[in-house]
Amino acid sequence: MGRKLLLEHINVPGINTFDVYRSKGGYAAVEKALKTLTPDEVVEEVKKSGLRGRGGAGFPTGMKWGFLAKPEGVPRYLVCNADESEPGTFKDRYLMTYIPHLLIEGMIVASYALGAKTSYIYVRGEMMPQIRILEKAIAEAKNAGFLGKNILGTGYDLELYVQPGGGAYICGEETALLESLEGKRGNPRIKPPFPAIAGLYGCPTVVNNVESIAAVVPIINDGGEEYAKIGIGRSTGTKLISAGGNLKRPGVYEIELGVPVEEFIYGDDYCQGIANGKRLKAVVAGGSSVPILPANLILKTINNEARLMSYESLADGGFVSGTMMGSGGFIAYDEDQCIVRNTWNFARFYHHESCGQCSPCREGTGWMEKVLHRLEYGHGKMSDMDLLVDVSKKIEGNTICPLGDAAAWPVASAIRHFRDEFEWHVTNAGEAVTKNYGLANYADPLPKLETAE
Amino acid sequence: MKVTIDGFPIEVEPGTTILNAARLIGGDIVPPAMCYYSKLQGSGGKCRTCLVKVSKGSEKDPRPMPKLVASCRTTVMDGMEVQNITSPEVIEARRGVVEMLLINHPLDCPVCDQAGECHLQDLGYEHGAAKTRYEFDRRTFEKIDIGDKIQLHMTRCILCYRCVYVADQITDHRIHGILNRGDHSEISTYITKAVDNDFSGNVIDVCPVGALTDKTFRFKNRVWFTKPVEAHRDCDKCCGKVTLWYKGEDVLRVTARKDEYGEAEEFICNTCRFDKKKTSDWVIEGPRKVSHKSVISSNHYGQLKPPPVVKTNPVLIEANKEQFERETRL
Repeated sequence: MGRKLLLEHINVPGINTFDVYRSKGGYAAVEKALKTLTPDEVVEEVKKSGLRGRGGAGFPTGMKWGFLAKPEGVPRYLVCNADESEPGTFKDRYLMTYIPHLLIEGMIVASYALGAKTSYIYVRGEMMPQIRILEKAIAEAKNAGFLGKNILGTGYDLELYVQPGGGAYICGEETALLESLEGKRGNPRIKPPFPAIAGLYGCPTVVNNVESIAAVVPIINDGGEEYAKIGIGRSTGTKLISAGGNLKRPGVYEIELGVPVEEFIYGDDYCQGIANGKRLKAVVAGGSSVPILPANLILKTINNEARLMSYESLADGGFVSGTMMGSGGFIAYDEDQCIVRNTWNFARFYHHESCGQCSPCREGTGWMEKVLHRLEYGHGKMSDMDLLVDVSKKIEGNTICPLGDAAAWPVASAIRHFRDEFEWHVTNAGEAVTKNYGLANYADPLPKLETAE
Repeated sequence: MKVTIDGFPIEVEPGTTILNAARLIGGDIVPPAMCYYSKLQGSGGKCRTCLVKVSKGSEKDPRPMPKLVASCRTTVMDGMEVQNITSPEVIEARRGVVEMLLINHPLDCPVCDQAGECHLQDLGYEHGAAKTRYEFDRRTFEKIDIGDKIQLHMTRCILCYRCVYVADQITDHRIHGILNRGDHSEISTYITKAVDNDFSGNVIDVCPVGALTDKTFRFKNRVWFTKPVEAHRDCDKCCGKVTLWYKGEDVLRVTARKDEYGEAEEFICNTCRFDKKKTSDWVIEGPRKVSHKSVISSNHYGQLKPPPVVKTNPVLIEANKEQFERETRL
């Protein structure tokens, strides 16, 4: 079992309260940063750590902070994106529920680094208990002098607010989040300008995921270089993975990046294999929007190397045979799951959550959902698969925000890897509504690569 | 700043968008725009029909842009090279967008008042496939009256948001907007509250399709049977410069003057639009030039050159005299 940085004290009773958290070395990062480091030095530490955004895109956090415009006399904002609503991802909710002070501490350090005097945590509307928990934690921190005016006598002021969202997936897109935070309809903005130049109320803004902000705490405590030693290659540090689906032991795991996928699924420290002694059929490795992979391709890359839980290794093979780290929503499917039904379910989600602003996504997501629904219920046609691939291509890359891509990838990848099963739904339409296609050849070992003479 | 679009170079001011640079060049290389409206701040970027490929970012950073960009909202950089109709990728993407736009748009052009001056009709004609691949029910809505002069037929709406920007920017308060999300979104006045404002009629002019129509003109006539005439009057609310659409002696409707991209040159008030429908209310300036490509010009023989045989044949000129006079009267 690897090192734990975020969830080290998760099992300590009462860690959600300020006193217990403080007694376990909490808020040391705030003291260290505010008293001994300048804001630029904090940014420098984060850059050195190689921390990559944990929300899905994997953009280096330090670099994002470096892009923040700093005009005179204009306030800057830090906004924490806690609008976690990707199907399969529940790591932020776990973190906010059980160890809220870690997020508060990270927010103080990050706000200090960016020079923000007001910061917001935008929480998804459905997470009302977490909103209460965070508000209580903020009150406790304020009581202890870690928030408000003149924090720890250093002259730094910070106000932290929790803003409940309306419960829209699209508000997890950073510019839609800012629109929603400003009290408008949560439509993504057209970029440029990027939030680092003109974000919340037109001021420079940084939007970071909950886990990214929490990861700043161990980076400041141990130093960026120490943090960068954990992990593999450009995937540094630890990552929360919310494992779900047909696993024997689902839940939130903190892994050192670089753990082999096979160990993560079958290892005793992790998920302990597939529930009820069944066999693995497919995996969605990073939340619903990343491409789905059959069992053989998730365990091994196309070159027959072991696939690791890291940004690079999961993306190995590109869209042809790879997937993405995404937000860490790891969903495993056993042999009794229907990929067509699952794809329809995802498409239904994206259809429901499209904001309706730009035409390819608004119309295309609904179209894909209807075609998939037809396939799942045995009314499909052989031409539907090609139609779906074509529609997903017309959406992908042509939309304002990444929701279009997120809707297109699962459909395109499911057809790419599970075409047999889709075709079976057409040829054996009667059977398809009563039983499942089964494992078929999806777990067979990959064929040896032929080398050109 | 120098920018090259489909091989045509042009010098533009910094901050110009690719679309506006293309409009300065003119011709076939201008990307179509369904939601962008140059007079409305913040419009554009939504319909995605104006997608273009930036094959060279700028002189300083020559890397191409990774995705197709919306030309109406992307500003030019010095040395930028843009491909519009020369890129098969762009044509393909645009065809996809047109197909998406037509998914939930009824093909009821024969009974739609916008037919003949509908941007989606032109776009569909130019880029759309002859057959639809969509085999499901289209969304439909009941028609709503918003105010006594404007009717909203949401079924035809392509959600370009132009009317929302009009209400925001040229009327003093907006009471209509987008409700719901995704393909359930609709333009609505919420509790069918009447849009009642001196400039609310402009939502009709900016609507690219037949979703917002003039109730005083609905089903009166097809636009290509009417004759557009430029006219003005002294108006205390607006510029008073309009186009009158005549059928015989009657003014059937009044609209703002539109440029070659179908955008109103200046917005007009509701008094001019709905209440002044007599020739005596207006000072006639002369017939409006209509592009010979437009279906509206199909009945306007006055703008066509008479066939040469008529010119040189005094007998025929004499025989057609009456018709000539009638056609060239305005």
